[in-house]
Amino acid sequence: MSGWRLKAAGRVDRGARISFTWAGRTLHGHPGDTLASALMANGVSIVGRSFKYHRPRGLLAAGLEEPNAIVQLETGAVAVPNVKATQIELYEGLVANPVNAKPSAEFDLLAANSMFKRFIPAAFYYKTFMWPNWHWFEPAIRKAAGLGNAPEGVDPDSYDHRFAHTDIMVVGSGAAGLAAAIVAAKGGEKVLLVEADAELGGGLLAEPSEIEGLTAIAWRDRMLAALSGMPNVTVMNRTMAFGFYDHQLVGLCERMTDHLPPHQRSGPRQRLWKVRAKRAILATGAFERPMAFARNDLPGVMLASAAQTYALRYGVAPGRRIVVATNNDSAYQAAFALHDAGVGIAAIVDSRARGGDAIAGAAARGIRTIMDSAPVKAKGRRRVGGVVVAAVADGKASESIACDIVLMSNGWNPAVHLHSQSGGSLAFNSSLEAFLPSKSVQAAVNVGAAAGIFDLDAAIASGRAAGQDDAVAAPLPASVGPTLHFADGDARAGTAWVDFQNDVTAGDVQIAARENFRSVEHLKRYTTLGMASDQGKTSNVTGIHMLSNLLGKAPQAIGTTKFRPPFDPVTIGGFAGRAVGENLMPIAQSAAHASALAAGAKMENYGSWLRPACFPRAGEDEHVAVAREVLAVRGQVGLFDASPLGKIEVKGPDAAEFLQRVYVNGVRNLKVGRCRYGLMLSEHGIIYDDGVFAKIAEDHYLVGTTSGHAAAIADTLQEWLQCEWTDLKVLVENVTTGWAVMNVAGPKARAVLEAIGTEIDLSRDAFPHMAYREGLVGGVPARIQRVSFSGELSYEISVPWNYGRALWDAMIQAGAPHDIVPFGVEALMALRIEKGFLHVGSDTDGTTMPQDVGFGGAVAKKPDDFIGRRSTMTPEGRRVDRRQLVGLETLDTGGAFECGAHILASETKGIGATQGWVTSSVQSPTLGRPLAMALIERGTARIGETVQVWDLGKGRPARIVDPRFYDPAGEKLDG
Amino acid sequence: MLLIDCPFCGPRAEIEFRCGGESHIQRPGPHTEVSDAEWADYLYNRENPKGEHRERWFHAAGCRRWFNAARDTVTHRFRVTYKMGEACPEAGESAVSEAAPGAVAGGVI
Ligand SMILES: [Zn+2]
Repeated sequence: MSGWRLKAAGRVDRGARISFTWAGRTLHGHPGDTLASALMANGVSIVGRSFKYHRPRGLLAAGLEEPNAIVQLETGAVAVPNVKATQIELYEGLVANPVNAKPSAEFDLLAANSMFKRFIPAAFYYKTFMWPNWHWFEPAIRKAAGLGNAPEGVDPDSYDHRFAHTDIMVVGSGAAGLAAAIVAAKGGEKVLLVEADAELGGGLLAEPSEIEGLTAIAWRDRMLAALSGMPNVTVMNRTMAFGFYDHQLVGLCERMTDHLPPHQRSGPRQRLWKVRAKRAILATGAFERPMAFARNDLPGVMLASAAQTYALRYGVAPGRRIVVATNNDSAYQAAFALHDAGVGIAAIVDSRARGGDAIAGAAARGIRTIMDSAPVKAKGRRRVGGVVVAAVADGKASESIACDIVLMSNGWNPAVHLHSQSGGSLAFNSSLEAFLPSKSVQAAVNVGAAAGIFDLDAAIASGRAAGQDDAVAAPLPASVGPTLHFADGDARAGTAWVDFQNDVTAGDVQIAARENFRSVEHLKRYTTLGMASDQGKTSNVTGIHMLSNLLGKAPQAIGTTKFRPPFDPVTIGGFAGRAVGENLMPIAQSAAHASALAAGAKMENYGSWLRPACFPRAGEDEHVAVAREVLAVRGQVGLFDASPLGKIEVKGPDAAEFLQRVYVNGVRNLKVGRCRYGLMLSEHGIIYDDGVFAKIAEDHYLVGTTSGHAAAIADTLQEWLQCEWTDLKVLVENVTTGWAVMNVAGPKARAVLEAIGTEIDLSRDAFPHMAYREGLVGGVPARIQRVSFSGELSYEISVPWNYGRALWDAMIQAGAPHDIVPFGVEALMALRIEKGFLHVGSDTDGTTMPQDVGFGGAVAKKPDDFIGRRSTMTPEGRRVDRRQLVGLETLDTGGAFECGAHILASETKGIGATQGWVTSSVQSPTLGRPLAMALIERGTARIGETVQVWDLGKGRPARIVDPRFYDPAGEKLDG
Repeated sequence: MLLIDCPFCGPRAEIEFRCGGESHIQRPGPHTEVSDAEWADYLYNRENPKGEHRERWFHAAGCRRWFNAARDTVTHRFRVTYKMGEACPEAGESAVSEAAPGAVAGGVI
């Protein structure tokens, strides 16, 4: 076969020429062409290689159901793998290559697979390569069976998301869709008409018959003109409805720039729309079914409707001498269109005893018809050279006809994908041998070919009925002729392709049935039928027919595999939209971020915050910097930006009662102006968060949380108030980012604060440890808590967020005479380990209860219930061998332990039962030796005991100790 | 993506909400008088019906309020949404806010 341009141009602009590159060759086409039609016009007959066997393949279809012409479009970062040539609008300079063809589609080294076809049947991989180990074979198989290549580099394109609402959405702009949209819009409701193709009109673009006295195109133009005059109508082309989801939501993918040469593209490449449509009219058309006969995958075997589209829409013919095989009237239209355009039709082979109305047209044109017959084998080596025809009754070959193209039509499958995705059911129509939409469960109706209404006038009538919300009439009675099935075990079935893209044959379906993979879902998994990127648009129903025939079971009882979105592949970038790169997750920065950077901060991500890890000076590595910062805090004074600490206001007459139910610790006896450390549990008794809460007034508390948990704790408190304790009069508000917090810590902290100037009496007695005060600091209203995570004299000063940087700068300036040093998160962690202070999430996990970290007494003392309390009292909570938080000292010179290293009994030889693990570890700058904290079974009672710390295959000796390594009496707290 | 009729804001897209699971669960207490079995039932045992499920939702990216809903787990139809603390209106009873027509996914057209 060799394609050629017809005299009539169809919808293609012959006045302009486009150059493009296919597999390294420069070819020419015209505006209005797809890559597929241009390849056909250039005589390219092999457009790709099949997935498993690398067989040469030609165009089968003209639309998005195309299984063979899978190409790699463009190169580098803008490359798009695995696009169908039938969906690519031709543009100047387009570069495309076939996928899965090495080195070329014409000559493929891996085509040897094809010779071994009879040794690689269904489930071959499952059966053969499982022993001894699939992973030995996988790389080679993946290389042989593959599609396109991922783009190189980061996608330079942007993608948008839009939301919209409409009264009526019409999907598809064929005759039924246009008719529906016009009528719907006349009622004044908002109508959205979407069309996946670049050009509106659907099947009308290749429709030879007249409609209401006009040519199909003229009728289309009249409808479009009417729609364009209606302000309540929006028409979107290049927009595919890819999914019908719950509650009337339809997903659309709008291609904005894909049809332009890459250098002319600007703005978003695609837009993903989420549209709620009060009512949906699905005019999605139908897909023609191929026939399964031997060697039906030879280039030159095509769908009849595809040839009609290529001829009438694109003005190109696939060959010069054509045999049309059909079981229905529609393929006669294709034959007539080609014949009338000057293409030779060798014969129409019809499986029916008597043809339909169209047979008169064949006689009038002098086209030979062969009734009661069907093709059994295509002849030719790399392309069609002829076809062997047999009688349907006995399958015996009757004659061989020379031709360069075989067109086939084994009936039509309505595109029920959206209907099925919406929850609608399907019913098998045995006279059409197709699944038709049955019940809808959402406000959606199918019209035209999508409803099995193939007659053009009836399709238009169905659209008009749906447009005004009337019932759609049932399809006119019609039926298709019989299908010639190969007998089970007939060797020819092994080359009769069902799924072209995934290389599944009638023989494979027979194997599956024989080996009892008889559910349609099992058939799919065992043979891969319908699994490819086309999701079986041309193959699924054919496979179901075969299974039905083999099992003697009705297709309705076999059913279809689940239709899942997307209807057609959607770029991952479209789903991601703008949420990529730095837009993926907003990263918060402190108000003093710029000052910290100027001070040399090394920033790192901590949860959703970018924070200084440390402030290395010239020549310092992180380790040295952290040690210097720790010693500065112990020796004189340091400044830490604690702004991310969670701050939640709790206010109302029942605030104390509420927090009494939230915290492990008592709340009621706290006095105004005082702070207390508190633990919060989940209802499962597990430590969820800790922090300091302050009593601002009788009815007003400030709840401090860890930096990562502020939003979650605020939500949790809301949930308890709104859902459980609805009688409590309490308001909760997360004010974390309303206040910047600077923590000045060290023996000179008070002096620094005094130097800035404050009206608050900072003296030891007036402002003791764990007290809360309010007042002006450096002229700014501030909240100060005297709390310490370092063990030194320490103030946390909160000021309105926008004063944060000014306060940082003032502190650095006021602290200069005292050699103030900014310190980061890593130094704070070292300081708190030296003190043996718990860090939730490091020293606790999803099993840690308060009694495991020294709060058993606090729980026992509290008479009231609180969140999680009952869970701490279960047999699990009372288990005597629970892991408890303790300190660990090294007994060798091996340096600090690794976090996560397991604790073994000292007498264990080699690997033994774990007794716990290291949770925090540091080489202490202050004490000059390694320190660690660990969760160890019965740890508290074992203080003084020697254990092993198992790390990287070696046990190291360690001693369990009290974790308060530094200043256990707390004498440094007052400075 | 569901369309959920917040009793305070009206029908809004599911991405604005968080589902809090089964509603109308009574927290047992006081802690000293609750058996292990009762507590385990409260913590872990849920209805998981095929059909109408009464559950609570949080309009996290909206009014930030919790409310109840009766949703069919098969069809995803919201029969009714109602405020916390209220009993679930029976079918046919006038509800706080009947699900908007656009939110109905269950009826056979
Ligand atoms: Zn709301």
